[in-house]
Amino acid sequence: MLNFVKKNKALTILGGLTLTAVVAAPVMAQRNPAYAAARASGAIGEKPDGYLGYVNAPSPAIKALVEDINIKRKAAYTRKAQETNSTVEQFAFTSGCNLIMRTSAGEKYQTPSGGWETRSGSAPTRDARCP
Amino acid sequence: MLYKTRQLTDRPYDAIRCNMRSLTTAGLILGPLIALSACVQVTAPDKPIVINLNINIKQEVVYRLDGDAKDLINEEADIF
Repeated sequence: MLNFVKKNKALTILGGLTLTAVVAAPVMAQRNPAYAAARASGAIGEKPDGYLGYVNAPSPAIKALVEDINIKRKAAYTRKAQETNSTVEQFAFTSGCNLIMRTSAGEKYQTPSGGWETRSGSAPTRDARCP
Repeated sequence: MLYKTRQLTDRPYDAIRCNMRSLTTAGLILGPLIALSACVQVTAPDKPIVINLNINIKQEVVYRLDGDAKDLINEEADIF
């Protein structure tokens, strides 16, 4: 009986998630091509604090692009931090944990010690507090 | 009997003044002594003071916010 309930609950959750994904998918906007290219080239990367950073000295175009995205990220973090009763830094850091985890192979990310690493197939080096 | 306006007690005027003077003297001597003994000696550290701001972010908070962070990244995929 307990097993049946457990199984049922899992099915319900799975169903709910699938529904959410189907509804949310059309709303999702994608990265603009310049941003996607800068990520893929390794010129910029994800930092543990939840913002983008420059791996090398940036061109004016890349600098403008990163600053624009980081401002938008900060606005989003600020909004979410208010909703969740946390600080902007806490929310940004938690997002940074996820963003580094989501980097695809070849993209750059910053380790807790400050060095830049290229993401490989294995798990990235992240802060010990990351889930 | 007439009283001098400045002398309201039976004691001679000079005696009162003398008492007050000794009190003032004691205060002058004791005051700095008390102040000195209450001093806390502070020496500058030889190493630079590092304030680690990360201390505000605790693991339990990160775990609590993880779901919301994932939602945000999915909702605003163009900036992440």
